[in-house]
Amino acid sequence: MELTTIWFLLIAVLWTGYFVLEGFDFGVGILLPFLGRTPGERATVVKTIGPVWDGNEVWLLVAGGATFAAFPEWYATLFSGFYLPLFLILLALIVRGVALEYRNKSDSPKGWDRAFFWGSLGPALLWGVAFANIVRGVPLDAAHEYTGNLFTLLNPFALLGGVATLLLFTLHGAVFLALRTTGELRERATRAARTLAPLTVLVVLGFLVAARSGTVSWAAVAVAAAGMAVALVATLRGRDGWAFTGSALGIAAFVATLFTSMWPNVMPALDPANSLTVTNAASGPYTLTVMTWVAAICTPVVLGYQAWTYWVFRKRLTGAN
Amino acid sequence: MDVLDLSRWQFGITTVYHFLFVPLTIGLSVVVAGLQTAWYRTKKPEYLRLTKFWGRLFLINFAMGVVTGIVQEFQFGMNWSDYSRFVGDVFGAPLAMEGLVAFFLESTFLGLWIFGWDKLSPRLHLATIWLAAIGTSLSAYFILAANSWMQHPVGYRVVNGRAELTDIWAVLTNSTTLVTFPHVLFGAFLTAGAFVLGISAWFLLRGRDVAVFRTSARLALVVGLVAGIGASFSGHWQAQIMTEQQPMKMAAAEALWEDETSAGFSLFAIGDVENGRNHVNVQIPYGLSFLATNTFDGKVQGINDIQARYEAAYGPGDYRPVVGLAYWSFRLMIGFGGLSALLALAGLWLTRRGRLPSGRWCYRIAIAGIALPFVANSLGWIFTEMGRQPWTVFGLMSTASAVSPGVDVTEVAITLVGFTLVYAVLAFIEVRLLLKYIKLGAEERSEPESPVPALSY
Repeated sequence: MELTTIWFLLIAVLWTGYFVLEGFDFGVGILLPFLGRTPGERATVVKTIGPVWDGNEVWLLVAGGATFAAFPEWYATLFSGFYLPLFLILLALIVRGVALEYRNKSDSPKGWDRAFFWGSLGPALLWGVAFANIVRGVPLDAAHEYTGNLFTLLNPFALLGGVATLLLFTLHGAVFLALRTTGELRERATRAARTLAPLTVLVVLGFLVAARSGTVSWAAVAVAAAGMAVALVATLRGRDGWAFTGSALGIAAFVATLFTSMWPNVMPALDPANSLTVTNAASGPYTLTVMTWVAAICTPVVLGYQAWTYWVFRKRLTGAN
Repeated sequence: MDVLDLSRWQFGITTVYHFLFVPLTIGLSVVVAGLQTAWYRTKKPEYLRLTKFWGRLFLINFAMGVVTGIVQEFQFGMNWSDYSRFVGDVFGAPLAMEGLVAFFLESTFLGLWIFGWDKLSPRLHLATIWLAAIGTSLSAYFILAANSWMQHPVGYRVVNGRAELTDIWAVLTNSTTLVTFPHVLFGAFLTAGAFVLGISAWFLLRGRDVAVFRTSARLALVVGLVAGIGASFSGHWQAQIMTEQQPMKMAAAEALWEDETSAGFSLFAIGDVENGRNHVNVQIPYGLSFLATNTFDGKVQGINDIQARYEAAYGPGDYRPVVGLAYWSFRLMIGFGGLSALLALAGLWLTRRGRLPSGRWCYRIAIAGIALPFVANSLGWIFTEMGRQPWTVFGLMSTASAVSPGVDVTEVAITLVGFTLVYAVLAFIEVRLLLKYIKLGAEERSEPESPVPALSY
């Protein structure tokens, strides 16, 4: 396999890791005001992601860093072109991170919980908007500079993508909370998952069918559908572990649909001649070789200790705590 | 102001702000790990209390470092897209390694440390804080390797108008990295030392929990003094490498206008940039030649001569950084850092063999001394980055050509104001939280009022 292909796949994997892991963090933040009715319950809801959210967020940093190293042109065009949406995402992530760390250290967690909610909802929506635009193609000039503005990015298709990720992550969060809590909290989370699932399936599949292109992506769409169906059925039967596996699979297939549809572009332009591809956006073969070794050695180790962390904190948390 | 100016202000503000938290994170993580090791070995409860007390303050600070760090990685692409295009092949590699090797390590194991007190064996739990601490230092190493490449590019060739990596080892073992890394680490320990000392002094001044805070004060004094000595030696090596690799930066730092042998180290100068000379210059004879070359009669290049040489090499242009800024940031960095180390030395003397000074002013000075290394660190970065101007990658790319061409003034103005406001509010919140947790003290507390243990999210 060509190195550029490997790195295209690796970056897809990093985004998958980010969305599967931070996806439920976002969902937990969005559901917090609805599911946690007492201060104790809210503390428990936050505690479900307490030990892991920061490690989850690193997937984003590594996705960003890997894009910089492997596809500098992509990194440069994407980050400067999506300037204001990324600024909003950054502000949201800052506010959310501080809220998570400080809510229990402050006299009243109320304001922090509001910040946590908005700081989760914003990125959950905006990542979908960003990826919908990437897949659909944006105006780029011959120098690969983005020539649109903020409102170019806020087209109906992109907003649909935003709603899709928002729903998908919220559902994922509900399923995660059902898996990680007991008693009333778990019941409420299950109820939320049941209520959200049909609409999520509809919107996500609608978006993916509109976004996809090429034959391989059909397989990914099918897996996404299957994953969400498993999440729903397993939730109805009280099989929380399977439900979580299903929604995680749904998110992975969501990312796979987008990436298989883009290939071999990494950032299609409205004028195809100006598109960024795995070839014209890539670093030299030497850098890609070095980074392949680094990734091959480090990624399994990281996966190992992150998985171990989830194992250590596998015990369900009770509402009263 | 145009896009370039605003982008530079934004990078400066967000970076200096981010680096208020980073050194404390690096230094304090090791202090906390050390205290927990002491508790693990001796099982003395006061070490556990200290571990938890400093651990809480460490976490409040760590959170700010994390959230402001994300901005750092994004803004290369957001505001400096032409820079990213030019250097991505080389610069991206250490950045990606930082994420894969260091960020995962520190954040994952810190999560385990915070929530793992009753879930992991004491030994394993101790290992988590050490791994997190190692992660923070590794992170510094990789990002300094990236920055050092901007100061002194190695292991690359320029192909089709962009730098291409040819030797990753050259980048990771760049002489600039090897001297900068220890300097930054010593700076971080100086910071942690001053922080722990100042807060311990606050308790000692009030006669609260004296035995325990005397212990942490002594520890902080030793850390501070060793770090101060280390920072001065590593800084000396750094100056020599800088003289060789970026003579203009050294010349600006010294307001040395003409090439000179047996050059003196300037203590105070009033310069005339326009005419390239000083009105007043108070010097330590031979000081600069010694600092820069290790000999008293070594030759050090001056600004006017280097400017002429650079014009010959790179074409017409002004290759001088803002001399006044380079001059003062360099001296004040040394001054503030040195003062902090001297305080540690004085403190060790005053607290020798179980003593505690009776003068209340001693403690007040220690409290005020917390600021010294923070200011020194900031000035160090301002010096090293501003002293490299007009280059963003020395000799290869000017800062003016690095900025994003597609981002307009309004956009940068929005983000500059936005980040600055949010950061200001966060600073206020962070300081209030730190004060709250300092005042709570290190006494053993039963924690039934809060549903979650205090040492958690």
